[in-house]
Amino acid sequence: MFQFTSKAKTFSYILILVGLVSWVAGYVLNNSHEADSGNHTEVVAHTENTAHDAHELDMAHGHATAHGDGINHETQINNRPWSALMVNSFFFLALGLGTLFFLAVQYAAQAGWALGLTRVMEAIALFMPIPLIVIIVLIVLGQLHVHHLWHWMDPELYIEGGEHYDSIIAGKQGYLNFGFFLARAIIYLVGWTYAARWFRKNSLKEDEVGGDVYYKKNFKMGAIFLVFYGVTSSTSAWDFIMSIDTHWFSTLFGWYTFAGIFVTSIAGLTMLTIYLKGQGYMEWINENHLQDLGKFMFAFSVFWTYLWFSQFMLIWYANIPEEVTYYMQRFGEYKLLFFTMVAMNFVMPILIIMSRDSKRISGLLIFAGVFVLAGHWLDHYIMIMPGTVGSHYGFGLLEIGPFLFYFGLFILVVFRNLAKAPLLQKNHPMIKESEYFHQ
Amino acid sequence: MHYEAPIREPLIIGDKSYHDITVEVARPIETKAPRIWWFAFSLALLLFLWGIGCILYTIGEGIGTWGLNKTVGWAWDITNFVWWVGIGHAGTLISAVLLLFRQKWRMAINRSAEAMTIFSVVQAALFPGIHMGRLWLGWYVFPFPNQYGSLWVNFNSPLLWDVFAISTYFSVSLVFWYVGLVPDFAMIRDRAINPVQKHIYKILSFGWGGKAKHWQRFEELSLVLAGLATPLVLSVHTIVSMDFATSVIPGWHTTIFPPYFVAGAIFSGFAMVQTLLLIVRKMYKMEHYITLQHIEMMNIVIMLTGSIVGVAYITELFMAWYSGVEYEQYAFLNRATGPYWWAYWSMMTCNVFSPQFMWFKKLRTNLIFTFIISIVVNIGMWFERFVIIVTSLHRDYLPSSWSMFSPSFVDIGIFLGTIGFFFVLFLLYTRTFPVIAQAELKTILKSSGEYYKKEQKDHGEH
Repeated sequence: MFQFTSKAKTFSYILILVGLVSWVAGYVLNNSHEADSGNHTEVVAHTENTAHDAHELDMAHGHATAHGDGINHETQINNRPWSALMVNSFFFLALGLGTLFFLAVQYAAQAGWALGLTRVMEAIALFMPIPLIVIIVLIVLGQLHVHHLWHWMDPELYIEGGEHYDSIIAGKQGYLNFGFFLARAIIYLVGWTYAARWFRKNSLKEDEVGGDVYYKKNFKMGAIFLVFYGVTSSTSAWDFIMSIDTHWFSTLFGWYTFAGIFVTSIAGLTMLTIYLKGQGYMEWINENHLQDLGKFMFAFSVFWTYLWFSQFMLIWYANIPEEVTYYMQRFGEYKLLFFTMVAMNFVMPILIIMSRDSKRISGLLIFAGVFVLAGHWLDHYIMIMPGTVGSHYGFGLLEIGPFLFYFGLFILVVFRNLAKAPLLQKNHPMIKESEYFHQ
Repeated sequence: MHYEAPIREPLIIGDKSYHDITVEVARPIETKAPRIWWFAFSLALLLFLWGIGCILYTIGEGIGTWGLNKTVGWAWDITNFVWWVGIGHAGTLISAVLLLFRQKWRMAINRSAEAMTIFSVVQAALFPGIHMGRLWLGWYVFPFPNQYGSLWVNFNSPLLWDVFAISTYFSVSLVFWYVGLVPDFAMIRDRAINPVQKHIYKILSFGWGGKAKHWQRFEELSLVLAGLATPLVLSVHTIVSMDFATSVIPGWHTTIFPPYFVAGAIFSGFAMVQTLLLIVRKMYKMEHYITLQHIEMMNIVIMLTGSIVGVAYITELFMAWYSGVEYEQYAFLNRATGPYWWAYWSMMTCNVFSPQFMWFKKLRTNLIFTFIISIVVNIGMWFERFVIIVTSLHRDYLPSSWSMFSPSFVDIGIFLGTIGFFFVLFLLYTRTFPVIAQAELKTILKSSGEYYKKEQKDHGEH
């Protein structure tokens, strides 16, 4: 049994508290800066030329970069605390959701090797509802105009003949309207949480009862969840992230976001497993299992890059204003971050864990995992920030605060879940395949 | 030793010894062809000859013999090209990706799937070759130093990337296939009685002696090739999709194309493997090796990839509306309700609805039903390419250029000819090559054979 030590507990409380305080402090500072409508303390990269080009395109084709003329600097500065919260919420949602997906795949594919890890996966997957609830709160706050993350929530866009009327956004109203949007978010919350709890419940029952009843049940539920997730993974990415840049669209966006979610969660799972092993738990997990996790981390980093390249290259090559403004903005104000992010997510896994031997060394897996996690955090940052704060981005209390807050909460919730049940499930008909696993 | 849970179904049915496997895999090569083989071969040969006739006619008369026109300048030939390339994907997927995922059921089917890959890429390559006009100058597609001034290929064109992708794919697949064949050729060589046959297989098997060192090199090479082949599974159809997606034609330019084309290719490839293996299994009585479970697994892959393709169709449709771009919106409205609506709905029915039957175990373990669905999927995937290519082109930006495409008898003849050519190659292969990778299959006999699994159950696990 895993022991959630009081030391770890205290550590998690401190993180939560520090995170909260930082965000609130950042919020206050941000609002006081708002008055003079400029931001002098933050790192601001602003390439006037590109921004100007993008603006000209907006004028010419009526397809603005996210908020062409809808958002002024004041709104962008005002958005930053909420954007920073959204980036971290989505990142931690990815950790839980990707793990839930991975767990369902294990059951649906009748895989044997990873069964020694199911308890860890369950514990992480059960964390998923928390950031999702925060996102739902953010949606409601957006509708109340506390912030302006989702541009389409502005009612003036839909007044025909009005100054701010936007025919393109008005055309999307059938999908992008508060009622339907909120309903979808709640469907994701209910559906995903239900699946996470179902897998947990059944694996605990299987411990008591045995036989292959639960094996069959989980197999079915795995398949059902994958169908549900196959649709909602795309729609949720369109909702939460793509609709921020309301004019912009990309058919690949859902799968691209999914690939990022998946690789994030594999890195998280690997690092937590190594941590637990380091604490003397999970002696049944050895370098063979770690190598497989490393393979997933490596392979899906490459897969993510493949999707990143496909989306980027096709839009760059075709160079039509409806689409290319998205990347023009990221090439302008976010250029350095943009390429750093790709390097972290693609080059680092290749350098660190491509060879067989390095996938069997815990230290190197953690080293690669840190790059992958940081890289995908940055990817979410670059997906969310340009459409909400434009050039007024930075890395300060506002960005670090929510991260620490969620990190503390993650430790608190996941460790509690881990402590509630034995770390190795028994009675699964294939559990011995995981025990005797070698390659 | 590899441990396998008792709950897993056996992959080799019956009480087989290593020798039984040898004998049964070598049988089609060592015995006379069944009558049905001659029947199928004659039919395929006839189609092939008809195809050659049509190709010669095209080369003699020019592309004017095809149904193309100024607006629809790409249609039938490219549809066939993409269709055949797509079919080729399953072979590499089975040999490389399923190897990485440790799917042991691949061993009964990989040889034939890889053969299918090679033969279908040959068919695919024919089409651009003919379409370019002067077949004898086909080598101009490769960049080479020359004395014609600066006559170079256009490196910015995805069509050129395609030349690289497909030729790389073809070479790696061929080497991968051949390496696996070496020990099996040696097995045939050792059993051959006819000296001519013995000599031929002796050359083919590269002096394989089955020494430990041979096996070690064999395994190392296989692993390296699997590593090379895995990205190739993705790259080839990705670049085929870029032939369309880099252009600014509504219905072609969409970012989901690369992974969606790959999923579709695996989908159609597995359907073709299913078709071929059901025939092989029946014709050569391989039911103990290509078991019902193998067929079920392939049906599940078909269902999965079919659903992925379905999600992509719906995504495209939704995004066309969501984008607010009127050209995009029209392109998709026209697909579903325009003059080619029948092609669109054939595609939807065959590719998205029909694989959903495989959710039912009764249906996915029914051989006749499986065979029918595998054909239906292949038809559907042909229509998919037709829909993408023709419906996007036939409505030009200028309404005065709007036109329709209908194939000429030459178009149809060349397509039928490639089907004939493909089956000629495949049927010859089944008579001369071991259709099951017997050396590899023998490695799982004691962990996944039915007899050994029963023994293990009766006498404890170790």
